Amino acid sequence: MPQVAIKAKGLEKSFGEGEAKTSALRDVELEAYFGEMLYIVGPSGSGKTTLLSVLSGILKPNSGSVLVEDIDIWKLDADKLADFRLNKIGFVFQDFHLFPRLTTAENAAIPLILKKKDWDESIREAISYLEIVGLKGRADLPPVKLSGGEQQRVAIARAMVSKPDILIMDEPTASLDGDTGNSILSFVHKNILNANRCIVVVTHDSRIYEFASRILNMVDGRLTGTEKSMA
Amino acid sequence: MNGILKLAYKLLVNDTAKFTSLLVGITFAVYLMMFVTSMFFGVLNHASATVINIGTTIWVMDPAVETVSNSVGMPDYVLDAVRSMQGVKYAVPLYSGGALVKLADGNYQSVTVIGLDDTSLLGRPTLLEGKIENIYAESGFLAVRDAEFAKLETPHIGSEFELNDNRAVIVGIAQVSTSGLYGTPTLYTTYQRAIQYIPNPRYTISYVLLEPKSADDIPQIKQQVERLGYRARTKEEFMQKTADFFIYKTGGGTNMLIMTAISFIVGLSISGQTFYTFILENLERFGALKAIGIRNCDLVGMILFQATFTALTGYGLGVGLCVFLIWLAKLRLPSYAAMLTYASLTIGFVMVAIIAAISSYAGIRKVLQIDPFSIFRG
Repeated sequence: MPQVAIKAKGLEKSFGEGEAKTSALRDVELEAYFGEMLYIVGPSGSGKTTLLSVLSGILKPNSGSVLVEDIDIWKLDADKLADFRLNKIGFVFQDFHLFPRLTTAENAAIPLILKKKDWDESIREAISYLEIVGLKGRADLPPVKLSGGEQQRVAIARAMVSKPDILIMDEPTASLDGDTGNSILSFVHKNILNANRCIVVVTHDSRIYEFASRILNMVDGRLTGTEKSMA
Repeated sequence: MNGILKLAYKLLVNDTAKFTSLLVGITFAVYLMMFVTSMFFGVLNHASATVINIGTTIWVMDPAVETVSNSVGMPDYVLDAVRSMQGVKYAVPLYSGGALVKLADGNYQSVTVIGLDDTSLLGRPTLLEGKIENIYAESGFLAVRDAEFAKLETPHIGSEFELNDNRAVIVGIAQVSTSGLYGTPTLYTTYQRAIQYIPNPRYTISYVLLEPKSADDIPQIKQQVERLGYRARTKEEFMQKTADFFIYKTGGGTNMLIMTAISFIVGLSISGQTFYTFILENLERFGALKAIGIRNCDLVGMILFQATFTALTGYGLGVGLCVFLIWLAKLRLPSYAAMLTYASLTIGFVMVAIIAAISSYAGIRKVLQIDPFSIFRG
């Protein structure tokens, strides 16, 4: 039985108050395992991104708990939670959120810099990750000189450079064309996923479902079922 | 440099357009503040030129005197009374007044005439040419080689003028540390010749220059002079009195305050707004940093570093620009009354620190309020 990476119990999250109150998560129970690529899919507004944020220690739930490697992350104080994200989780955002005024290597090195590693050493490590994601020779370019797919690869290199146990990908193909999106997820599946890493992907792009180990459906803040079982 | 600060530095300076406008804003504000205060301190310094150049310890004067250039004549008995006071080492009279000089080309030029005590010549300037004893020669005057020297047609030893219908001969060329404020050349002569050449009211002593036996005697000398109905002021007090007149009674101080405040507001609005826009434009990326795991204290440190770096660079450039332009102005106008003092440097620095603090406060507030969840929501 694979080891549990994330265990969420009884997650509730709502926004607004009174009549404007909207429930984004309703009694969500979830387990994600090391070695799997877990997809959370569902229509827009179903609560996928909210769930991803709660699981990764960004958005505090109204109730329920999230255990990552047996640590209840919502019992950590603000600084410890930030350290937890920095050390345990890699983020790939929908719009990449790369700094346009920094080079590709500097962008990829950000998590190491935030960990207060030496600048030059951080850049060297980032360059090695850029090579892994197929961006050899692009280290000194600013992100604006790269294609969308290449920018996504920089974002992946940035997420992976601190060797996180958990990789969170929010709509990773939303800003990419079909082929590029497919090749990115294929790359992640082949090169980033391993037995000691759990990858959680939020998407509604059915073209990349083939790379999922498991797919959880989400509707109106509830996980309604599994579409694809773990391989 | 710490990696996080280097990151902050690169985010700041790599945005060339924003960084340039930030620097221009602060540099311009600093330049204006420094320039206005330098002008003002320059004017104050020049206004006290005679006090600085004569350099005696205590000046005795009529209570109505506001500035050194507006003396009120005192009767001779004041000099005698002061000389007999306890604690006084010696006391001599000084004449300070204005006269008209008719130049060789027929033009008239107003001059300041300083009449030194005939016996001691206390307060005499340093001579560049000639011998001091020649001041006793018939019609002998010393001309001061300062910014106004050329207005006397650049005289040399032996040059002759007509001073209030009397013959005046230049017997020496002198130098002083500070030029006067009003742009008139200065001539030194003896006290007796000064009062002989220049029509005067009944009382002719402008000031009594006094040297105490020791610094401890100064308070009692001041009390004794006050009982006599006059005022004894130390050199510093007299300079302050002159400065106070220009600050409070001419509107100069108010004007300086207004100009400094305007410069501050201009600097604050340009720099504050640009810095705030810089933060707003990078808000999503700061949010991404928060999501990735930067601590709030590191984020605050980044913004403070950016604001401080910009402020200090702008301050340096502003001071440099001010020094350069004053230097340039003094090439053309040697008597240009601008003086960069520690006070103006401090005022500029404090103002810049306030601009940086306000700008970074607004930025920090905004950045700390970003919810990294918004990065996911897009």
